[in-house]
Amino acid sequence: MIELERLTRTFDGRGGVRDVDLTVDDGEMIAIVGPSGCGKSTLLSLIVGLDAPTSGALRIDGRDATRLDPKQRGVALVFQSYALYPHFDVRRNIAFPLEIDRVGKAEIDARVRATAERLAIAHLLDRKPKQLSGGERQRVALARAIVRRPRVCLFDEPLSNLDPALRAQMRVEIRALHRELGATFVWVTHDQAEAMTLADRVVVLREGRVRQVGPPREIYARPVDTFVASFFGAPAINLMEGDTLGVRPEHVTVARSGDGVQGRVVLVEPLGAETWVTVDGGGARITGRGDPELTTGDAVVARWEASDVLRFDERGARVEGPAVVDAPP
Amino acid sequence: MRRLLALLSAFFCVAPFLWLALTALRPPEELTRLGVPSRLSVSSFVSALRDQPLPRALLNGLLVSACTTVFAVAIGSLAAFSLARLRPPGRDAILAGALSVSMFPPIATVGPLYVLLRALGLLDHWAGLIIPYTTFSLPLAMFLLTRAFEDIPEELWRAARVDGCSPLQALWRVHLPLAAPAIATTALLVFIAAWNELLYALTFLSSPERRTVPVAIALFSSEHAEPWGEIAAASTIATLPLVVLALIFQKRIVTGLTAGAVKG
Repeated sequence: MIELERLTRTFDGRGGVRDVDLTVDDGEMIAIVGPSGCGKSTLLSLIVGLDAPTSGALRIDGRDATRLDPKQRGVALVFQSYALYPHFDVRRNIAFPLEIDRVGKAEIDARVRATAERLAIAHLLDRKPKQLSGGERQRVALARAIVRRPRVCLFDEPLSNLDPALRAQMRVEIRALHRELGATFVWVTHDQAEAMTLADRVVVLREGRVRQVGPPREIYARPVDTFVASFFGAPAINLMEGDTLGVRPEHVTVARSGDGVQGRVVLVEPLGAETWVTVDGGGARITGRGDPELTTGDAVVARWEASDVLRFDERGARVEGPAVVDAPP
Repeated sequence: MRRLLALLSAFFCVAPFLWLALTALRPPEELTRLGVPSRLSVSSFVSALRDQPLPRALLNGLLVSACTTVFAVAIGSLAAFSLARLRPPGRDAILAGALSVSMFPPIATVGPLYVLLRALGLLDHWAGLIIPYTTFSLPLAMFLLTRAFEDIPEELWRAARVDGCSPLQALWRVHLPLAAPAIATTALLVFIAAWNELLYALTFLSSPERRTVPVAIALFSSEHAEPWGEIAAASTIATLPLVVLALIFQKRIVTGLTAGAVKG
């Protein structure tokens, strides 16, 4: 279990995190999301022990870890850039944390082999990092992290350098690995889709402060403010009436006739299963589901159910309006 | 054109050494003549090695320079690593201060150092040379190695810490191997400086059997003779170890050692 209590780290310039309260349960998969510079990486550095907080406390498994050396925390970290040691071969890269921990040679060999086999990189053990592809390096970095059997493993945007197909595959594998190891995973990303598909709970961070914590569905359906509402969902939520009303594109229907907001088509995005049509409805642009036969300039009507509308006050915080539907992410 | 310029500058650098070698190889009777010698002779080499205390001086020089190099690189690495990775407060001031130390002209320091070494009882001791040499080569070593450590991706330092390394383990296991080219360069420069140093060696050592190479060569001359051939031959011999070291290290001075660490 990881407990963060009013954890604060300020820098001279911008960035840092303020008053972060968060409890991550054993075996949980948590995603920390937010735009660049929101403090995600700072938070990871504080948990793993590469940085010390300005104030606040951090406990790992009930033990005060606020000032502990990284070695004593038993927390692993997978870096965005992989950070493999270029002078070691893959075997040595994976074995390194065990060597430092003075594990016996026979056990190191066995554990490196088992980990490499689990991640399907056993055939790469004698290569140097520079001879590997991005996806292979990613797996080596992952192997180096889990070979120690850590109770907590942190991921700093580990998939952002992979191409989309590989990224989707790794997401599935890491999810499986998480179930198998039973360790606590904390995952940092700026990709809302990654957070929604992977995490048990999502932490939304903005300008160093936690805006909302909750399961992906809840964050999607009941965002605390317009920032969270806009950050999750693709296409983004439609905000209207001076950002006091919001409606998700999947709840909007664009048709040639009927009741609703009249306007003209400005963009048609056929995705196969779905076609998103953006309508200029007299100032406000509204995106919704539509007919792929529509073309730019067509006169159309956009409509939605009142029960699907999210209401916000003038400062952006959501206010309880009519019943909110629990929409699928 | 570029090639021509490169050739010209190479010649400009090598010419004095060629002239020295040519002088060393002249037969004794042609020493004061210019132009191409009528024949080549090794008699100057023979007498430099047989009649002068050169072999002893070479060994002394090797001892002093090797010790200086080891100390300068060892202490310099620790200091540079701390400056580059542990970020102590006042880091820039420390580096600037160290560099300014190396700018004192040796002649300004030789007097005070003499007094200091006499008080410490280190005159005419190897330590009396090795300590000041180390002191004056440390700024350069620190400067070069700080830059080298800073060039190693910061994430490798962070990875080493996460993997359980203490700062010293991170230095020894990760940073030193990756900075090997810079360390080789630094070691070579420190070695050359110590090997060639004359002023301190001449001042602080009095026993003939402790003389280093430049001192020995400087003392070849006597009231009655100016043995140009032997001086040239000894100088050529003294330069050879440096050339050999440079050639060995050149192989280590390769780029791309950090390739594959991050992304790429």
